[in-house]
Amino acid sequence: MHGRPRKAPKPEDEAASTAKAQKLRALQTQFFSFHHSKIYTKETVELSAKLLEINPESYTAWNYRKLAVEHYLSQPDCNPDTAKSVLDDELRVVESALRQNFKSYGAWHHRKWVLSKGHSSIDHELRLLDKFQKADFRNFHAWNYRRFVAELMNRSEKDELKYTEDMIYTNFSNYSAWHNRSVLLSALLEKKAEGFLSKENVLPEEYDFIHQAIFTDPDDQSGWFYHLWLLDQTVTTDHPLLVSTWPAHGSDVLLVEDRCQNSSSFSPFTTLLSDSGSFPIVLYFNQPVEGVSSSTVVMECRFNKNEDLLWEPLSVSNLQTAQVWVAHLKFPTSELDSSVKISVGYTKEIISTRGSLYSHPSTFSFKVHVQPVERDSSQVSVAENILWREENFKVYRAQSEESIPIASFDHLSIRNDHESTASNWQTEALAKEVECFRELLSLMDCKIGKLTLARLLMAYDAMSFPFANKLVHSEEVLELYNDLMKLDPTHHRYYKDEHSLVLLQKMTSSKESLLQHCFQYKDSVSSAIGKPICLRLNNLSLSRIRAFERLLWVQILDLSHNELESIEGLEAMQLLSRLSLGNNKLRSLTALEPLRKLKSLRVLDISYNQIGDHSIDTTRYLCSSPLSHSVGSELNNDESVINNVALINYWEAFYMFKDLNLNRLDIVGNTIADEKFKSVLVRIMPSLKRLDGELLD
Amino acid sequence: MDDIPPYPPIDPTTFDLIVIGTGLPESIIAAAASTASKSVLHLDPNPFYGSHFSSLPLADLPSFLSTHSTSPSSPRPHSSEDSNEFSVLDLSTRPLYSSIDISCFSPDLLDQNSRKFNLDVAGPRVFFCADKSIELILNTGANQYMEFKSIDATFVGDNKGNLLNVPDSRAAIFKDKSMGLKEKNQLMRFFKLVQGHLAGELDVKISDEDLQSPFVDFLNKMGLPPKIKSFILYAIAMADYDQEDTGVCRDLLKTKDGIDQLALYNASIGRFQNASGALLYPIYGQGELSQAFCRRAAVKGCIYVLRMPVTALLVDKDSGCYKGVRLASGQDIFSQKLILDPTFKVTLPSGSSPPPPLQAKLPFFSQKDDRGKIARGICITATSLKPDMSNFLVVYPPRSLFPEQATSIRLLQIASNLAVCPPGMFVLYISALCDGDDQGKKLIHAVMNTLLTVPPINSESNAAVQSETTESGKPTLLWSALYNQDLTLGQVDFICSTPMPDGKLNNDYLIDVAVKLFKKIYPEDEFFPQTSSENPEDDGDGDVSPET
Repeated sequence: MHGRPRKAPKPEDEAASTAKAQKLRALQTQFFSFHHSKIYTKETVELSAKLLEINPESYTAWNYRKLAVEHYLSQPDCNPDTAKSVLDDELRVVESALRQNFKSYGAWHHRKWVLSKGHSSIDHELRLLDKFQKADFRNFHAWNYRRFVAELMNRSEKDELKYTEDMIYTNFSNYSAWHNRSVLLSALLEKKAEGFLSKENVLPEEYDFIHQAIFTDPDDQSGWFYHLWLLDQTVTTDHPLLVSTWPAHGSDVLLVEDRCQNSSSFSPFTTLLSDSGSFPIVLYFNQPVEGVSSSTVVMECRFNKNEDLLWEPLSVSNLQTAQVWVAHLKFPTSELDSSVKISVGYTKEIISTRGSLYSHPSTFSFKVHVQPVERDSSQVSVAENILWREENFKVYRAQSEESIPIASFDHLSIRNDHESTASNWQTEALAKEVECFRELLSLMDCKIGKLTLARLLMAYDAMSFPFANKLVHSEEVLELYNDLMKLDPTHHRYYKDEHSLVLLQKMTSSKESLLQHCFQYKDSVSSAIGKPICLRLNNLSLSRIRAFERLLWVQILDLSHNELESIEGLEAMQLLSRLSLGNNKLRSLTALEPLRKLKSLRVLDISYNQIGDHSIDTTRYLCSSPLSHSVGSELNNDESVINNVALINYWEAFYMFKDLNLNRLDIVGNTIADEKFKSVLVRIMPSLKRLDGELLD
Repeated sequence: MDDIPPYPPIDPTTFDLIVIGTGLPESIIAAAASTASKSVLHLDPNPFYGSHFSSLPLADLPSFLSTHSTSPSSPRPHSSEDSNEFSVLDLSTRPLYSSIDISCFSPDLLDQNSRKFNLDVAGPRVFFCADKSIELILNTGANQYMEFKSIDATFVGDNKGNLLNVPDSRAAIFKDKSMGLKEKNQLMRFFKLVQGHLAGELDVKISDEDLQSPFVDFLNKMGLPPKIKSFILYAIAMADYDQEDTGVCRDLLKTKDGIDQLALYNASIGRFQNASGALLYPIYGQGELSQAFCRRAAVKGCIYVLRMPVTALLVDKDSGCYKGVRLASGQDIFSQKLILDPTFKVTLPSGSSPPPPLQAKLPFFSQKDDRGKIARGICITATSLKPDMSNFLVVYPPRSLFPEQATSIRLLQIASNLAVCPPGMFVLYISALCDGDDQGKKLIHAVMNTLLTVPPINSESNAAVQSETTESGKPTLLWSALYNQDLTLGQVDFICSTPMPDGKLNNDYLIDVAVKLFKKIYPEDEFFPQTSSENPEDDGDGDVSPET
C-alpha cells in the first residue's frame, strides 16, 4: 500500500517471525522431499497449500501444484467434473495466498495458469478483482490480471475504458489506471471501433481529461506520464516517411578522384572526392525501418545495374532495422554525365518497427558528373594535413546562383508528396496544449510543466512548419532548458542534452543559419570553388548531436571544444572524410562506435578527451564487446595480424580502429594514449601516416 | 399537558444529580455523570427524548413549537407553599420560538404519513466525520445505538436556482465540471498549503501574522478568485456572517480558525471507508443522538422519567442553596446538583420574599443572555432539488440571494433512505442567523422562492398541487414550518442550564458546553474516562462508519 511509514519491529514480532521461519523450514524440507519423489497424494498437495499460505512467494510450490494438477487431469478416470473441482481447489489456494500477500507474482501467475485451463467460471474473477482493486487501487498485479480476465471473457474495451475512468475519478494518482487507459485506447483506435475511428476524435477529449488532473495536482506524476503518451500519439505519424537523401533531389554531383582544379561550375557542397570508385546513396527515414533492398528501392542509371546495389542498414547494433540506409554506387573512371533516378517504396515491403507500411512511394533524381584527373601528390597531402586551427578557416561566401543542398529541401518532391499526412487537428491540438501549459506556468513554477512546454513547442514547430524548416519557438525552448538546468540540477545532463539538440536543430533549420557555420579551409594553392565545405560546430558546448538528416552532405566536420559524451547517430554522415572531436568529454573508445560505419573517414582528431580516465566504462555494456558473438569471431580471424601484442588489453582499440582507413589520427591528451597504446594503434592501422602530428614511416 | 396520568412515586428520593430536559447537552452530562458513578435522575416533561434537539412526527412538531412559544398564562396553583426547611421557587417556561408559521398544501398525503416523519426541531444539523461529536460517540460507545449515512455532496447556491458543486477534496476538484483549469490549480494549491502547514512542513508554514489576520484577507493574499473564496469561507469553513463586510460581520473568522475548520473538513473526508464525503447524518434523524446518550446513561444506572414536568425548585431557606425539585406529581426529589434545560426560568414566589442570598443571584439567572435568533424552516417536497441525488447540503453565502443578506443560509435535503420521511418524499431543513423575526422570515423565504414552487395559500384543496413539479421544474412545496428560535447560551451560575441548539451546522459547540458544565459540577471527575475494556470489539474506528 502507499504512504504507510515503516515501523521498527517489536521484540515480540521478532520472536514470532523466528517461530514462523522455523515452521516454514520444516514444512519446506518435507515439501521438497515429496516434490523430488513426485508424490501427488491428497496429503502432499495439502502440505504445499499450507506452505503457500505462509509464503506465497514459494514458486517451487506453485510449480509442484501445477505438476500435481497435470497429474490428476491425466488420470484415466478424470471427467470434467473432477477436473473442475481440482482446479477450483487451486483457485482457493491462490486466493488464500493472495490474502497473505496480494502482490505475489507466483500466486497471480498460478491463477492465470488455472484459468487458462478453461474449466473455471470467470465471473467470480471480476468480483475478486474488484475486492483487490478496492483494497489497493494501484495494485498493478491486479490490473495486469484484469487485462487477462477481460480478454478471456471478451469484455469490451469500452466497458474497461469506463472502468479506468471510474478508478481515475476515485483517485487520479493511479498510474496503472492511466496506463490501462492508454492500452485500451490504442486497441480501440487500431480496431477503428465505433466512436474511436481516428485519433482526431479521441485525443482532444483525452487532453481535456488529463488537464483536469495536471492542473489539479501538477506534483502528481501519473498525469504527466499519460500526457507524454498523448503527445507521442499526436506527433507520431504511423507511416514511415523518407525524410532526406544524399544526393538530394535535383542536385548535380561532381565526383572526382581527387580535388578538381577546374570545376568552377560546381558547388563545393556537391563535389565529392572519392578514391574508392564509388559513392554512397543515403536514405534517411523518420523512424527505423526494415525491408530496404534492391526490390523495394529501384535505381535507374546508365552506368550501373539496380541489382548490383546492396542496401545496408546503418545501425550500430547488427539489426536489419535502421533509420538510415546506405548503398554504394560504382561509377566508371571515364568521363561521364548521367542522371540517376531512385524510386523508393513502390513495392510495399518497407515496414517500420511498429509494423506500419511505408505507403508514400517517392522518387528522387540527381545528376552525376565524373571527372578523371591526373594526380598531383603535393595537393593530396594538403587534404591529409588539415589542422583544426581557427586561422586556417574562413567563412564561406556562397555564390548567389549556387545550389545548396539544404536549400533544395524546400522543393524536394519527395517531401511534398507527404503534405497531406500532416493534418490540421494535430497542429490545433498542439497549439491548444501550448496555450494550456503557458497558463499553468503563469500560475506556478513547475519544472515538469516547463519541460512539457519545451517539448510541445518543438513538436508544434515540427508539425506546423514541416516543409519550411522554420523553428519559430527555438529561442523560447532554449531559454526553458536553460531555466531547467538552473532549477533542477539533478537532471542537468538531460536538459543539457535537449538544449544541445534544439540548438543543433535551430542552426541547421535554415540556409542562412547553416551558412554561418560553413567555412573553407585556407589554402593558398587553389581557389575556393570546388573544394568541400567544412562545417564548424565547435565551441557550442554541445553535449549531444542530432539533425543528421540535414547534414548528410558534410565531408569535413569540426565538433571540437564541445561537451560531447556520445556521438550517437553520426554514422548517418556517410561522406565524412575529416572529423574533429577534439576537446570533448568522450570517455571511452566504445563511445566512438558510430565511426566504424564511416568508410570515407581519413582524418580523425579525438585529442584531449577523457578516454581512459575512467576505469569503468559505463557505455561498454551498451555496445558490442568481445563477449558478443559478432565481435568475437572477427577477433579470432585477425589475431595473427597483431599476435605479439597483448590483445586482451586493447581489444577495444582493435575493435574500433581495425576497419577504419585512417591516414591521420590525433589522440594526444587522453589518459589511454601512452606510448604502448600508440604502438598498438600503428599496428592495427597500417594505413596510418600521421599519429598526433608525427609522420610515421 | 393538562391530562397528566397519575405518577408512581420515584424511589429513591435523593440523587447526586438531577437533569431536567433530554436535549443533547443534558443527555451528554447525564451519561458522563452516570459513567462517573453518580446517581442521576433524568427527567423530561415530554413523552419523547431530545427536547429541543428531538426529531418529531409531522403532527407533533407544530404543537411542540407552540408550547414553547408562549409563557404559561398563570402560575401553577399547587407550587407556592413553602415548607419549613426550604423555599419553593416556581419554574416557568420561557418562550423560545416565535413567529411560527405552519403551511400545509397537501393535507391528505401528509395526514396518512404523519408518523413516518422524523423532523429535526433543530435542523439543519450534521456531523463532520472527524468532529467532536463523532469522537465522543466513538469514545463512549454511543455508536452502538446509532447508524449513519454519508451526505452525498455540498453545493453553493445562487439566486437563479443553480447549485454549484463544492470541490472539497482533491478527487472532487479533479472531477468538477464547473471550475476552470486555473481555478482548480489555485484551489488545490491552497489546500496543499493548508495541509503542509498543518503537517508542520517548514517551507509552507503560514506566518503567525497571517494566522492572526482575518481569514478573508489571507485568502485575498493568496490571490484566490471570488468564487473559490466563497467556497472556502462559507461551504467549507462554514462561516456564518459576511466576511467581506465588516459592518455586518459579527464573527470575523481568523485565519487560524479558518484553517482549523479546513483541517476538520480535510480530516473528515475519507475517515470512514464507506462515507464518501465529509458529512454524516444519523438514520431516523438528529433526535437519535440525544437518545443514544440517554441509553448510554441508562446502562450506567441513570433513572429516566419522561412525561414528568418539574414545577419548582427547592432552595435552602437560610443559605439559598439548591436542594431539590418539586415534580408535577407533587413529589419532592433532592439532589446535590441540578442541570436545567433552557426552557425554564425561575420566577420569584409571589407573596413571600426569597432568602437574602437568592435575591442577589436570581435576577442574573432569569435575565438570560440574548444572543439573537436563528430562523429555521422545514419544507417537505415530493421531488429532490437535484435529480439523482438524495442527501446533500446547500450553502447560500451572504449576498448570494439578495443584497441585504448578511448571513449564510444553509439548507440540508434528507431523503427517505435516512428514515426521516416516507418513500418518495424529501425533507429540507433551512436555517440562517438573524436579528428579528421579519429578517429571519425573509431569509428563509428567499431560499424557498429560489428553489421551490410555493402554491398559493388559498389553493389548499386544489388537486393540481399534488403534481410533483410545476412547469418551472422546481419541486412543489407540500408542507412547511417556519419559526425563529432564540439563541440562549448555557449558564454556569447559581443553577447550571444548558444552551439551545446553536446556529452551527454541527454539535461541537454544544459538546464544549456540556464538558464545561460537567467540569463545573464535578471538577474532580474525568469526563468519560477512556476505558478500553468496556467495548472490546470497538477499536474506535469503523464501527461508527455509516451503513453502506
